Amino acid sequence: MSSFPPSDAPGRAPPADVASVVDHLFRREAGRIVAILARRFGAEHLHLAEDVVQDALVKAMRTWPFTGVPGNPTAWILHVARNRALDLARHTRLGRIRQQGFARVVEECLTDAVRAPAPQFEEEIRDSQLRMMFVCCNPVLPVEGQVALTLKVLCGFGEREIAAAFLVGEAAIAKRLVRARQALRARRVVVELPSAAELAPRVDAVLQVLYLLFSEGYKASHGDTLLREDLCAEAIRLAELLAANPPGDRPATHALLALMCFNAARLPARIGANGGILRLAEQERALWDHGKIRNGVAWLEASGRGGEVSRFHLEAGIAACHALAPSDEGTDWRQILEFYDELLARDASPVVALNRAVAVAKLRGPAEGLRSLEALPGRASLEGYHLLHAVAGQLWLEAGEPDKAEASLRRAHALATLDAERALLTRRLEEARA
Amino acid sequence: MSTPEKPQFLLLFRNRDDSPDPTPDEMQKIFGQWMEWMKGMKSKGQFVGADRLQDGGKVLRGTGGATVTDGPFAETKEIVGGYVIISADNLAKAAEIAKGCPGFAFGTIVEVRPIEQLPAI
Repeated sequence: MSSFPPSDAPGRAPPADVASVVDHLFRREAGRIVAILARRFGAEHLHLAEDVVQDALVKAMRTWPFTGVPGNPTAWILHVARNRALDLARHTRLGRIRQQGFARVVEECLTDAVRAPAPQFEEEIRDSQLRMMFVCCNPVLPVEGQVALTLKVLCGFGEREIAAAFLVGEAAIAKRLVRARQALRARRVVVELPSAAELAPRVDAVLQVLYLLFSEGYKASHGDTLLREDLCAEAIRLAELLAANPPGDRPATHALLALMCFNAARLPARIGANGGILRLAEQERALWDHGKIRNGVAWLEASGRGGEVSRFHLEAGIAACHALAPSDEGTDWRQILEFYDELLARDASPVVALNRAVAVAKLRGPAEGLRSLEALPGRASLEGYHLLHAVAGQLWLEAGEPDKAEASLRRAHALATLDAERALLTRRLEEARA
Repeated sequence: MSTPEKPQFLLLFRNRDDSPDPTPDEMQKIFGQWMEWMKGMKSKGQFVGADRLQDGGKVLRGTGGATVTDGPFAETKEIVGGYVIISADNLAKAAEIAKGCPGFAFGTIVEVRPIEQLPAI
């Protein structure tokens, strides 16, 4: 019988209490160990890696309360997962796979990885995660499959959590994952870093997925706020990992990191005392995370070395203008407008044009802003988008046309899908009527 | 076991294995609750010891233990997953402590059994 905590038992943990167990330990370990196993087993056995790690985590959850947390939780879970994989490799038919060869791969897995000195082991984990980023964000997969796989494999999210974050049914997420794994097998994707020739587009594909993850997490709050902020944190973590290694250490990566840091800095100030969303102009700037803003500035500086100007550079520039402004009035709207003009020149996106119209209004008054809205390229495609009408409502209000403002805000309210957005619009409607 | 000053009780945890698999973050929550409970018992001086049991095992019966099976696990849905020994004034108090077990939400059954003590004569 083990005393608790088992402080003196050989090979067991130093006393571990709840406080010393890191947040999201299970999720973190899932991401680390699936990466290391998938790299060893090959992308065609990704599901096997995920399954055995899940089993090992369940075992940890059931064992550690009785025995204490082991000194090296990663090694413990890897050991259990590897044994489970070995069992499966020996006792189940693996189809075309040469069973014995595979069993040997599984067996070597632990010997090599865990018995290596700790820094080397951590290095293998980092390297495996980096490679798996390129596997999960491989353009042979549909983008939604890339996003789901990244969250499942690299971030240790469960299907339930991915479904909740994207407001999609759990079955739909499960299907996306199954298809993505099938595609990896069918296309014989290997767990390797892209070759120099295809590096740039492959890094861009990873950045695009991280951008989507962050944007989804950053959206107006709905559902589980903590879960959404975790998405932002995971996108930043993976981008940092990418930037810390030669293949991903590129200006566009730095620019995306700057953009994410500046925006994440505002997260603590976005929700008002009554739980509603606050507009940028209404936020208490002292609540912004100034450490994150400093990181954003550092990444923005790094992104300037190399001459490449990506879309992320322009968006980061806009986010920097907001993050560094003393107040809404003191914001450099002229600079922001220039960034929007450049963004539009690259990609005539109606959503970018909508945001540009806001900058125009800030700089030249609501009437000019409304004219920009009227002339919006592709406006028809935005008619069903609540923000078009929300912006119009706000500008009509500023232009002293409360009736027109109310009509636009009503339209926006009818189109908004999230409760928090509707609450914000209700508040603006009340302002229009006042 | 030597005669303890205070009565001791065995808490036996029977787990059901048909609940859906938790996600890693859900595991973290469940694990955290168990750790809190264990820590609470320890800080109150109720905790004596604990162990987790592996799922497999052998069951011997018959003359000389000749009939050996892989355990009663096939016949029941519940598997004894572990045990804790606690000290408490009496069975009612021990049962009260057992109520803190976080496993009930997941179908865990806790059996509380007084450990027999020799009469002090």
